[in-house]
Amino acid sequence: MNKITKYVLYDIVRNRFVMGYTLLLLAISMSFFSFESDPNKGLLSLLNIILMVVPLVSIIFSTIHFYNSYEFIELMSAQPLSRKAIFLSEYLGVAASLSLAFLVGVGIPTLVFGGDQSSLILIISGLLLTLSFVSLAFLASVITRDKAKGIGLALVLWFYFSLVYDGLVLGILFSFNDYPLEKAMLVLTALNPTDLARIMVLMKMDISALMGFTGAVFQDFFSTNYGLLVALFVLLLWVVVPVSIATRIFQKKDL
Amino acid sequence: MFQVNNSPCWDHRVSRSFSRSYTTYPQHSSVQLCAFQTLRHSVSSNWRTCTLLTTIAFLICFTSYARLWKITPKQPLKQAIEQANAYDTLLIQKGLYRIQNIVIDKPLTLIGQQFPILDIQFKNEIFTVKSNDVTIKGIEFRNVGMTSMIDWAAIKVLEASNIRILNNRIRNCYFGIYLSASDHCLVQGNDVQGNPKEEQNTGNGIHAWKCDSILIQHNHTQGHRDGIYFEFVTNSTIQHNDSQQNIRYGLHFMFSHNNGYFYNHFHKNGAGVAVMYTKFVTMKHNIFEQNWGGAAYGLLLKDISDSHIEQNSFKTNTVGVYMEGCSRSVFTKNQFIANGYALRVQANCDDNTLTYSNFRGNTFDVATNGDVVLNHVSHNYWDKYEGYDLNRDGIGDVPFRPVSLYATVIERIPQAMMLLRSFTVTLLDRIEKIIPTLTPEGMKDEKPQMKPLKL
Amino acid sequence: MIRAEAISKSFGKLNVLRNVSVRLDAGRVVAVIGPNGSGKTTFIKTLLGMVVPDSGTVLFDNQPIEKQHAYRSQIGYMPQIGHYPANLKIRQLFEMMVDVRKNAATQLDEDLVEAFHLKGLFEKPLGTLSGGTKQKVSAALAFLFNPSVLILDEPTAGLDPLSSEILKEKIQKEHQNGKLILITSHVMSDLDELATDVLYLQDGSVQFYKTITELKLETGENKLGRVIAQLMSKVPQMS
Repeated sequence: MNKITKYVLYDIVRNRFVMGYTLLLLAISMSFFSFESDPNKGLLSLLNIILMVVPLVSIIFSTIHFYNSYEFIELMSAQPLSRKAIFLSEYLGVAASLSLAFLVGVGIPTLVFGGDQSSLILIISGLLLTLSFVSLAFLASVITRDKAKGIGLALVLWFYFSLVYDGLVLGILFSFNDYPLEKAMLVLTALNPTDLARIMVLMKMDISALMGFTGAVFQDFFSTNYGLLVALFVLLLWVVVPVSIATRIFQKKDL
Repeated sequence: MFQVNNSPCWDHRVSRSFSRSYTTYPQHSSVQLCAFQTLRHSVSSNWRTCTLLTTIAFLICFTSYARLWKITPKQPLKQAIEQANAYDTLLIQKGLYRIQNIVIDKPLTLIGQQFPILDIQFKNEIFTVKSNDVTIKGIEFRNVGMTSMIDWAAIKVLEASNIRILNNRIRNCYFGIYLSASDHCLVQGNDVQGNPKEEQNTGNGIHAWKCDSILIQHNHTQGHRDGIYFEFVTNSTIQHNDSQQNIRYGLHFMFSHNNGYFYNHFHKNGAGVAVMYTKFVTMKHNIFEQNWGGAAYGLLLKDISDSHIEQNSFKTNTVGVYMEGCSRSVFTKNQFIANGYALRVQANCDDNTLTYSNFRGNTFDVATNGDVVLNHVSHNYWDKYEGYDLNRDGIGDVPFRPVSLYATVIERIPQAMMLLRSFTVTLLDRIEKIIPTLTPEGMKDEKPQMKPLKL
Repeated sequence: MIRAEAISKSFGKLNVLRNVSVRLDAGRVVAVIGPNGSGKTTFIKTLLGMVVPDSGTVLFDNQPIEKQHAYRSQIGYMPQIGHYPANLKIRQLFEMMVDVRKNAATQLDEDLVEAFHLKGLFEKPLGTLSGGTKQKVSAALAFLFNPSVLILDEPTAGLDPLSSEILKEKIQKEHQNGKLILITSHVMSDLDELATDVLYLQDGSVQFYKTITELKLETGENKLGRVIAQLMSKVPQMS
């Protein structure tokens, strides 16, 4: 499997778009850290960008890349390789190259300028966010054969998770203000990978505020590393589940 | 400031057995009462008067010589104390003393040598001091039991003056040091560590009720209900204490006017520090840290007026300062760093001044439950300020509104906290900044600093 | 060698293959022809396992290919259009294929690599190649592992006459070696030179599957192009 991954990775890191993405992230990170005297404030500004840009680029690039590689994937599937191996190799190749871009663009500056626990969590959650949106992109790509539809679907997914979802949650909160919504809130958060990544960072950077929750559920969730581990685990599910579903579809799919 | 006479030449003059020793030494040197200078003028002047009076009193009463006793674990301590005369000194040797409750009803000086251990095995309280002029120093107290009727303590002082409790260790006691209706007492350098259970089963570390002119300094309290507790205590000073990991408050006082709190460090207490129903409080140079929880505050001020909160540092608390019914108080030169909320001001606070403070890395700077805020806010540094300074005078040209729309949303719907730093919330606050409609009009800093203040 | 037994496939309402049963033997060169949309490509993809038939089975050496992939080590496939990762060099593509397919037993067949002078282009990224050069790369890859079955989808399309001749010679050579070769092409003259059998598909059904000699005899025509034209005019148009 990693026989192909290696070459997919090799191909993508030379891709101009991915190089541009790396440079963009690098420029953003550097400017935030050099304009802000307080590295924590830089980290917060960076968080906002990461939550928007990383999912967008990950999902769109991966979808386009998948459709552009269609003939190559066809050729590979005429080789003595299982569909699963081909598909996961593609996934790993794309995910690894975008993760590399993220690590260079955000990881290195963050570790250099910040370097505390919050920086580390920011990097980890950004990485997982990349992986999970690549995963969603692969799902979108196998659902439809049509490139335009696939990219459209990817955009809708991004739009939903990054922009609309939290607005909906706020709407729910306003409408059901009188009900106990603690557990519901945790579940709602778990249903969106960007929210999970955000909460993971908050658990380090805004723990003082989060501890102000009166509810026992929240207290238990935030007061220990337990919450962080749960968020990490669920975010990992957001990486694994879409790509597994996509693999199943791809295995039965007619190329 | 305060000198404790502990001359090494005592030892060879003291007989080894428990018998009266006629070795003499001048009394005045051991009961040389303090002329400690406190930072508050009123307190220190009071002290000076009383010190003078006591010294004169001693000189009149004790022209004779006081005696020195040396006690070992083999001898009954209780009996020794009963047999000692007023103004005698007892040197308690190193070792374990299993004892009953001991009432000290005459002026005595008890000095532990290398921390002798007094263990009462949860049966009662250890020392009950009912006389003036008692000094207790360098002793370790252990295992005071819990009662619901009486507040048993390691050292309890009842209606006495000039008590000095110095450098003791108190372990696993219900109450640590308990001063009741006493005055001119010094509690210094004690290390009080409890074994925290539920709030109702745990007593306070240092507890003072109805006292006047006491000085509590350089103590360490930990694992009690309240680290330091004051009720009806006046003209007193609390300084350089370290109070941490108490299950309720690090410092808790009510109805205790004209007290000063300086250079104390309160951290990781269950609910921070709470002060209530008090006038003329001065708090300076204190550090309030890491008080986390739904009802935890760096500093809770309830019905406090005419007070000064200056040069304190509030770091990583759920709420830095919570103000309710607080009026005519001055908050200046404080540091608010990385708190959930730097300030939470209830609408019933009025005429307070908030100036020259730094607000950095707080999730929210100010939250309030009302619309009308009659407080004066200016010249603070807010790291969230995005204004400009065209005339380069270091003061931003547009006012800063520290209450964000999102913070007011959370006031109504606490669960909305989960959306912190999401796109929706950022958008919400941006819109509010452009068209302010919902955040309180009165709450703004007309002269925000462009750069952090050096405090 | 390969047997298709009653395979049917539909995409939505469109029946692409209807009950196709074919036996393809070693040593034959089978031309798969038919009008556009007749199911040629789908048929080929079915043999390669890229399309899973709705019903019926494909047997490779008497083993059903369903959910198998090892059998493809005996197939060399040359796709109609070669799209390769743009930033990969030709050398890397070959390396990857070798990584994927090579085992101790296989002898690499570099005839086409040399005949097409690909070694000189080895350091060029695939994205910069012309369509013809990509075809050469595809062809070279298909023959590289000396497979016992070759499936060539429009092999000569886009190739210059010289390269086209080289490829045809290679196909003939492999035919001599007793391999099964499947070719789809619209160039009848090429097929005339190469094929031994014709599998004619129309609307997803096999219209006929006969040797070229048979067909020429039946129709009395000399050229495959004319043979097919004559037959097509007779076939009732169905839809």
